[in-house]
Amino acid sequence: MVRRIVVGAHYGFRDWLGQRVTAVVMALYTVFFALNALALPEMSYDAWRGMFGGGFMRFFTFLFFLALFFHAWVGVRDIYMDYIKPVGIRLALHVVTLFLLVGYAGWAAQILWRL
Amino acid sequence: MSKRTVQFKIYRYDPDKDEKPYMQDISVELEASDKKLLDALVRLKVKDDSLSFRRSCREGVCGSDAMNINGKNGLACLTEVDSLPQPITLRPLPGLPVVRDLIVDMTQFFKQYHSIKPYLINNDPPPERERLQTPEDREELNGLYECILCACCSTSCPSFWWNPDKFVGPAGLLAAYRFIADTRDQATNDRLDNLEDPYRLFRCHTIMNCVDVCPKSLNPTRAIGKIKDMMLRRAV
Repeated sequence: MVRRIVVGAHYGFRDWLGQRVTAVVMALYTVFFALNALALPEMSYDAWRGMFGGGFMRFFTFLFFLALFFHAWVGVRDIYMDYIKPVGIRLALHVVTLFLLVGYAGWAAQILWRL
Repeated sequence: MSKRTVQFKIYRYDPDKDEKPYMQDISVELEASDKKLLDALVRLKVKDDSLSFRRSCREGVCGSDAMNINGKNGLACLTEVDSLPQPITLRPLPGLPVVRDLIVDMTQFFKQYHSIKPYLINNDPPPERERLQTPEDREELNGLYECILCACCSTSCPSFWWNPDKFVGPAGLLAAYRFIADTRDQATNDRLDNLEDPYRLFRCHTIMNCVDVCPKSLNPTRAIGKIKDMMLRRAV
Protein backbone atom coordinates (compact mmCIF):
# COMPACT_ATOMS: atom_id res chain seq x y z
CA MET A 1 0.00 0.00 0.00
CA VAL A 2 1.27 3.48 -0.80
CA ARG A 3 1.96 5.53 2.32
CA ARG A 4 0.13 8.69 1.42
CA ILE A 5 -1.89 10.94 3.68
CA VAL A 6 -5.52 10.51 2.77
CA VAL A 7 -8.03 12.99 4.07
CA GLY A 8 -11.49 14.12 2.92
CA ALA A 9 -14.00 11.60 4.27
CA HIS A 10 -16.80 14.13 3.68
CA TYR A 11 -18.66 13.59 6.90
CA GLY A 12 -18.49 15.30 10.23
CA PHE A 13 -21.08 18.05 10.00
CA ARG A 14 -23.96 15.81 11.07
CA ASP A 15 -21.95 14.45 13.99
CA TRP A 16 -20.96 17.92 15.07
CA LEU A 17 -24.57 19.13 14.87
CA GLY A 18 -25.81 15.93 16.55
CA GLN A 19 -23.45 16.51 19.44
CA ARG A 20 -24.88 20.00 19.97
CA VAL A 21 -28.50 18.85 19.72
CA THR A 22 -27.97 15.93 22.11
CA ALA A 23 -26.28 18.32 24.56
CA VAL A 24 -29.46 20.44 24.58
CA VAL A 25 -31.62 17.33 25.15
CA MET A 26 -29.41 16.28 28.07
CA ALA A 27 -29.50 19.78 29.59
CA LEU A 28 -33.32 19.87 29.37
CA TYR A 29 -33.58 16.42 30.89
CA THR A 30 -31.27 17.36 33.76
CA VAL A 31 -33.56 20.26 34.71
CA PHE A 32 -36.70 18.12 34.27
CA PHE A 33 -35.21 15.29 36.32
CA ALA A 34 -34.03 17.60 39.13
CA LEU A 35 -37.45 19.27 39.41
CA ASN A 36 -39.20 15.89 39.52
CA ALA A 37 -36.79 14.45 42.08
CA LEU A 38 -37.06 17.53 44.32
CA ALA A 39 -40.85 17.38 44.13
CA LEU A 40 -40.94 13.85 45.55
CA PRO A 41 -42.78 13.74 48.89
CA GLU A 42 -40.13 11.46 50.38
CA MET A 43 -36.86 9.85 49.28
CA SER A 44 -37.89 6.22 49.34
CA TYR A 45 -37.61 3.34 46.91
CA ASP A 46 -41.35 3.39 46.21
CA ALA A 47 -41.41 7.14 45.50
CA TRP A 48 -38.33 6.80 43.27
CA ARG A 49 -39.90 3.89 41.42
CA GLY A 50 -43.17 5.75 41.07
CA MET A 51 -41.37 8.72 39.50
CA PHE A 52 -39.89 6.52 36.76
CA GLY A 53 -43.17 4.63 36.34
CA GLY A 54 -44.83 7.53 34.45
CA GLY A 55 -44.96 7.14 30.68
CA PHE A 56 -43.46 10.54 29.85
CA MET A 57 -40.66 10.17 32.43
CA ARG A 58 -39.80 6.78 30.99
CA PHE A 59 -39.77 8.13 27.43
CA PHE A 60 -37.72 11.22 28.32
CA THR A 61 -35.23 9.16 30.39
CA PHE A 62 -34.72 6.77 27.51
CA LEU A 63 -34.31 9.73 25.14
CA PHE A 64 -31.70 11.13 27.53
CA PHE A 65 -29.76 7.87 27.42
CA LEU A 66 -29.88 7.75 23.62
CA ALA A 67 -28.66 11.37 23.51
CA LEU A 68 -25.90 10.53 26.00
CA PHE A 69 -24.72 7.53 23.99
CA PHE A 70 -24.66 9.40 20.70
CA HIS A 71 -22.87 12.32 22.35
CA ALA A 72 -20.35 9.93 23.90
CA TRP A 73 -19.82 8.15 20.58
CA VAL A 74 -18.77 11.36 18.81
CA GLY A 75 -16.60 12.45 21.73
CA VAL A 76 -14.87 9.11 22.22
CA ARG A 77 -14.31 8.75 18.48
CA ASP A 78 -12.65 12.19 18.49
CA ILE A 79 -10.27 11.02 21.22
CA TYR A 80 -9.41 7.87 19.24
CA MET A 81 -8.78 10.00 16.14
CA ASP A 82 -6.36 12.22 18.05
CA TYR A 83 -4.43 9.63 20.01
CA ILE A 84 -4.73 6.19 18.38
CA LYS A 85 -2.73 6.29 15.16
CA PRO A 86 -2.64 2.66 13.88
CA VAL A 87 -5.75 2.28 11.70
CA GLY A 88 -6.43 -1.36 12.67
CA ILE A 89 -6.42 -0.68 16.41
CA ARG A 90 -8.54 2.41 15.91
CA LEU A 91 -11.13 0.54 13.87
CA ALA A 92 -11.26 -2.22 16.49
CA LEU A 93 -11.80 0.38 19.22
CA HIS A 94 -14.55 2.02 17.16
CA VAL A 95 -16.35 -1.30 16.79
CA VAL A 96 -16.00 -2.20 20.49
CA THR A 97 -17.25 1.26 21.54
CA LEU A 98 -20.22 1.09 19.16
CA PHE A 99 -21.29 -2.35 20.38
CA LEU A 100 -20.87 -1.24 23.99
CA LEU A 101 -23.03 1.86 23.47
CA VAL A 102 -25.74 -0.03 21.58
CA GLY A 103 -25.68 -2.65 24.34
CA TYR A 104 -25.99 0.05 26.99
CA ALA A 105 -28.99 1.50 25.16
CA GLY A 106 -30.69 -1.92 25.19
CA TRP A 107 -29.82 -2.36 28.82
CA ALA A 108 -31.21 1.09 29.71
CA ALA A 109 -34.50 0.22 27.93
CA GLN A 110 -34.67 -3.08 29.78
CA ILE A 111 -34.18 -1.41 33.17
CA LEU A 112 -36.68 1.38 32.49
CA TRP A 113 -39.47 -0.86 31.22
CA ARG A 114 -38.93 -3.47 33.89
CA LEU A 115 -40.02 -1.02 36.59
CA MET B 1 14.29 53.67 29.33
CA SER B 2 18.02 53.75 29.97
CA LYS B 3 20.65 51.08 29.41
CA ARG B 4 19.81 47.77 31.08
CA THR B 5 20.88 44.16 31.04
CA VAL B 6 18.33 41.52 30.10
CA GLN B 7 18.60 37.79 30.88
CA PHE B 8 17.64 35.21 28.30
CA LYS B 9 17.15 31.45 28.19
CA ILE B 10 17.20 30.42 24.54
CA TYR B 11 16.52 27.11 22.83
CA ARG B 12 19.59 26.22 20.79
CA TYR B 13 19.95 23.43 18.29
CA ASP B 14 22.29 23.13 15.35
CA PRO B 15 21.71 19.70 13.78
CA ASP B 16 25.22 19.78 12.25
CA LYS B 17 26.92 20.19 15.64
CA ASP B 18 24.56 19.36 18.48
CA GLU B 19 23.41 15.88 19.36
CA LYS B 20 20.26 17.28 20.94
CA PRO B 21 18.74 20.68 21.71
CA TYR B 22 19.72 22.58 24.87
CA MET B 23 18.75 25.82 26.63
CA GLN B 24 21.42 28.54 26.59
CA ASP B 25 21.62 31.14 29.38
CA ILE B 26 22.78 34.44 27.98
CA SER B 27 22.41 38.11 28.85
CA VAL B 28 22.73 41.23 26.77
CA GLU B 29 23.02 44.92 27.45
CA LEU B 30 20.32 46.96 25.73
CA GLU B 31 20.54 50.57 24.62
CA ALA B 32 17.84 53.08 25.51
CA SER B 33 16.47 52.85 21.98
CA ASP B 34 15.94 49.06 22.17
CA LYS B 35 12.21 48.67 22.76
CA LYS B 36 11.13 45.39 21.26
CA LEU B 37 12.21 41.81 21.79
CA LEU B 38 13.53 41.77 18.22
CA ASP B 39 15.90 44.66 19.05
CA ALA B 40 17.27 42.52 21.88
CA LEU B 41 17.64 39.52 19.59
CA VAL B 42 19.58 41.61 17.07
CA ARG B 43 21.92 42.69 19.93
CA LEU B 44 22.25 39.04 20.97
CA LYS B 45 23.17 38.08 17.43
CA VAL B 46 26.04 40.60 17.55
CA LYS B 47 27.25 38.97 20.77
CA ASP B 48 26.83 35.37 19.54
CA ASP B 49 26.51 35.20 15.77
CA SER B 50 25.68 31.49 15.79
CA LEU B 51 22.16 32.32 17.05
CA SER B 52 19.64 31.87 14.24
CA PHE B 53 16.17 33.37 13.89
CA ARG B 54 14.02 34.73 11.08
CA ARG B 55 13.09 38.39 10.79
CA SER B 56 12.37 40.76 7.98
CA CYS B 57 10.10 43.79 8.21
CA ARG B 58 10.52 44.30 11.99
CA GLU B 59 7.05 45.89 12.24
CA GLY B 60 4.52 43.05 12.47
CA VAL B 61 3.67 42.82 8.79
CA CYS B 62 5.77 39.98 7.38
CA GLY B 63 5.18 37.43 10.16
CA SER B 64 8.73 36.06 10.03
CA ASP B 65 9.80 36.38 13.66
CA ALA B 66 7.05 34.32 15.29
CA MET B 67 8.40 32.36 18.25
CA ASN B 68 7.41 31.00 21.63
CA ILE B 69 8.08 33.82 24.12
CA ASN B 70 7.87 32.84 27.80
CA GLY B 71 5.55 29.99 26.82
CA LYS B 72 3.24 31.99 24.56
CA ASN B 73 3.52 32.37 20.80
CA GLY B 74 4.03 35.88 19.50
CA LEU B 75 6.02 38.15 17.21
CA ALA B 76 9.36 39.31 18.58
CA CYS B 77 9.00 42.64 16.73
CA LEU B 78 5.66 43.48 18.42
CA THR B 79 6.56 42.35 21.95
CA GLU B 80 7.85 45.00 24.37
CA VAL B 81 11.02 43.57 25.86
CA ASP B 82 10.43 45.36 29.18
CA SER B 83 6.99 43.81 29.56
CA LEU B 84 8.49 40.31 29.83
CA PRO B 85 9.48 38.63 33.11
CA GLN B 86 13.15 37.55 33.10
CA PRO B 87 14.86 35.34 32.19
CA ILE B 88 13.02 35.65 28.88
CA THR B 89 12.58 32.09 27.62
CA LEU B 90 12.59 31.78 23.85
CA ARG B 91 11.73 28.60 22.00
CA PRO B 92 10.84 27.87 18.38
CA LEU B 93 7.14 27.63 17.50
CA PRO B 94 5.84 24.36 19.01
CA GLY B 95 4.81 21.39 16.90
CA LEU B 96 6.85 22.11 13.78
CA PRO B 97 10.23 20.52 12.93
CA VAL B 98 13.16 22.68 14.02
CA VAL B 99 15.60 23.64 11.27
CA ARG B 100 17.98 25.42 13.63
CA ASP B 101 17.61 27.38 16.91
CA LEU B 102 14.43 29.47 16.59
CA ILE B 103 13.83 28.60 12.92
CA VAL B 104 11.13 26.05 12.14
CA ASP B 105 10.17 24.23 8.95
CA MET B 106 6.82 25.75 7.92
CA THR B 107 6.15 23.31 5.03
CA GLN B 108 3.24 21.58 6.78
CA PHE B 109 1.69 24.89 7.74
CA PHE B 110 1.75 26.22 4.17
CA LYS B 111 0.57 22.90 2.76
CA GLN B 112 -2.59 23.26 4.82
CA TYR B 113 -2.94 26.90 3.77
CA HIS B 114 -2.68 25.96 0.09
CA SER B 115 -5.18 23.12 0.51
CA ILE B 116 -8.04 25.60 0.99
CA LYS B 117 -7.26 27.31 -2.36
CA PRO B 118 -6.44 30.75 -1.00
CA TYR B 119 -7.38 32.70 -4.11
CA LEU B 120 -10.55 34.04 -5.69
CA ILE B 121 -12.30 31.53 -7.95
CA ASN B 122 -14.55 33.28 -10.46
CA ASN B 123 -15.11 31.90 -13.94
CA ASP B 124 -16.81 35.00 -15.36
CA PRO B 125 -14.64 37.09 -17.67
CA PRO B 126 -13.10 39.91 -15.64
CA PRO B 127 -14.88 43.26 -16.07
CA GLU B 128 -13.01 46.19 -17.53
CA ARG B 129 -12.12 47.73 -14.17
CA GLU B 130 -12.74 45.45 -11.16
CA ARG B 131 -15.22 43.04 -9.60
CA LEU B 132 -17.40 45.18 -7.37
CA GLN B 133 -18.80 44.51 -3.92
CA THR B 134 -21.25 46.46 -1.78
CA PRO B 135 -19.68 48.12 1.28
CA GLU B 136 -21.65 45.68 3.49
CA ASP B 137 -20.28 42.65 1.64
CA ARG B 138 -16.77 44.09 1.86
CA GLU B 139 -17.29 44.64 5.60
CA GLU B 140 -17.52 40.86 6.12
CA LEU B 141 -13.89 40.44 5.00
CA ASN B 142 -12.58 42.65 7.80
CA GLY B 143 -10.83 40.58 10.44
CA LEU B 144 -10.08 37.89 7.83
CA TYR B 145 -7.80 39.35 5.16
CA GLU B 146 -5.35 40.87 7.67
CA CYS B 147 -3.75 37.50 8.51
CA ILE B 148 0.04 37.59 7.97
CA LEU B 149 0.54 33.78 8.13
CA CYS B 150 3.01 33.96 11.01
CA ALA B 151 1.72 30.56 12.25
CA CYS B 152 1.42 31.72 15.89
CA CYS B 153 -2.17 30.43 15.99
CA SER B 154 -1.82 27.05 14.28
CA THR B 155 1.27 26.13 16.29
CA SER B 156 -0.51 26.95 19.57
CA CYS B 157 -3.46 24.71 18.67
CA PRO B 158 -3.42 21.22 20.29
CA SER B 159 -5.60 19.86 17.48
CA PHE B 160 -2.93 21.02 15.01
CA TRP B 161 -0.17 19.45 17.14
CA TRP B 162 -1.91 16.04 17.03
CA ASN B 163 -2.91 16.14 13.35
CA PRO B 164 -0.83 18.72 11.43
CA ASP B 165 -1.10 16.60 8.29
CA LYS B 166 -4.90 16.42 8.35
CA PHE B 167 -6.33 19.37 10.31
CA VAL B 168 -6.24 22.61 8.31
CA GLY B 169 -5.55 24.63 11.45
CA PRO B 170 -6.82 28.06 12.54
CA ALA B 171 -4.77 30.10 10.04
CA GLY B 172 -5.91 27.98 7.08
CA LEU B 173 -9.53 27.98 8.23
CA LEU B 174 -9.52 31.76 8.73
CA ALA B 175 -8.29 32.08 5.13
CA ALA B 176 -10.89 29.52 4.01
CA TYR B 177 -13.69 31.62 5.47
CA ARG B 178 -12.17 34.75 3.92
CA PHE B 179 -12.94 33.22 0.48
CA ILE B 180 -16.20 31.51 1.50
CA ALA B 181 -17.46 34.91 2.69
CA ASP B 182 -16.29 36.76 -0.42
CA THR B 183 -19.32 37.57 -2.62
CA ARG B 184 -17.05 37.69 -5.71
CA ASP B 185 -16.08 34.03 -5.25
CA GLN B 186 -18.11 31.37 -7.09
CA ALA B 187 -16.75 28.21 -5.46
CA THR B 188 -18.55 28.47 -2.10
CA ASN B 189 -20.11 25.02 -2.40
CA ASP B 190 -16.84 23.32 -3.36
CA ARG B 191 -15.06 25.12 -0.56
CA LEU B 192 -17.64 23.89 2.00
CA ASP B 193 -17.41 20.36 0.53
CA ASN B 194 -13.65 20.52 0.88
CA LEU B 195 -13.94 21.25 4.60
CA GLU B 196 -16.81 18.85 5.38
CA ASP B 197 -14.50 16.37 7.04
CA PRO B 198 -13.90 15.04 10.56
CA TYR B 199 -10.25 16.10 10.35
CA ARG B 200 -9.99 19.14 8.10
CA LEU B 201 -12.56 21.31 9.92
CA PHE B 202 -14.09 19.35 12.78
CA ARG B 203 -10.84 18.77 14.70
CA CYS B 204 -11.44 22.30 16.03
CA HIS B 205 -12.80 21.92 19.55
CA THR B 206 -12.93 25.69 20.24
CA ILE B 207 -9.94 25.62 22.58
CA MET B 208 -9.32 29.22 21.40
CA ASN B 209 -5.54 29.30 21.89
CA CYS B 210 -5.50 30.79 18.38
CA VAL B 211 -7.51 33.82 19.50
CA ASP B 212 -5.31 34.19 22.59
CA VAL B 213 -2.04 34.41 20.65
CA CYS B 214 -2.91 36.14 17.35
CA PRO B 215 -0.57 39.17 17.11
CA LYS B 216 -3.03 40.85 14.75
CA SER B 217 -5.95 40.31 17.19
CA LEU B 218 -7.88 38.20 14.67
CA ASN B 219 -10.43 35.58 15.70
CA PRO B 220 -10.05 32.26 13.82
CA THR B 221 -12.53 30.57 16.19
CA ARG B 222 -15.27 32.97 15.10
CA ALA B 223 -14.44 32.32 11.43
CA ILE B 224 -14.59 28.55 12.03
CA GLY B 225 -17.97 29.02 13.73
CA LYS B 226 -19.21 30.92 10.68
CA ILE B 227 -18.08 28.10 8.37
CA LYS B 228 -20.13 25.68 10.50
CA ASP B 229 -23.06 28.13 10.35
CA MET B 230 -22.90 28.10 6.56
CA MET B 231 -22.81 24.30 6.53
CA LEU B 232 -25.90 24.33 8.74
CA ARG B 233 -27.72 26.76 6.46
CA ARG B 234 -26.78 24.60 3.49
CA ALA B 235 -27.99 21.39 5.14
CA VAL B 236 -31.34 22.35 6.67
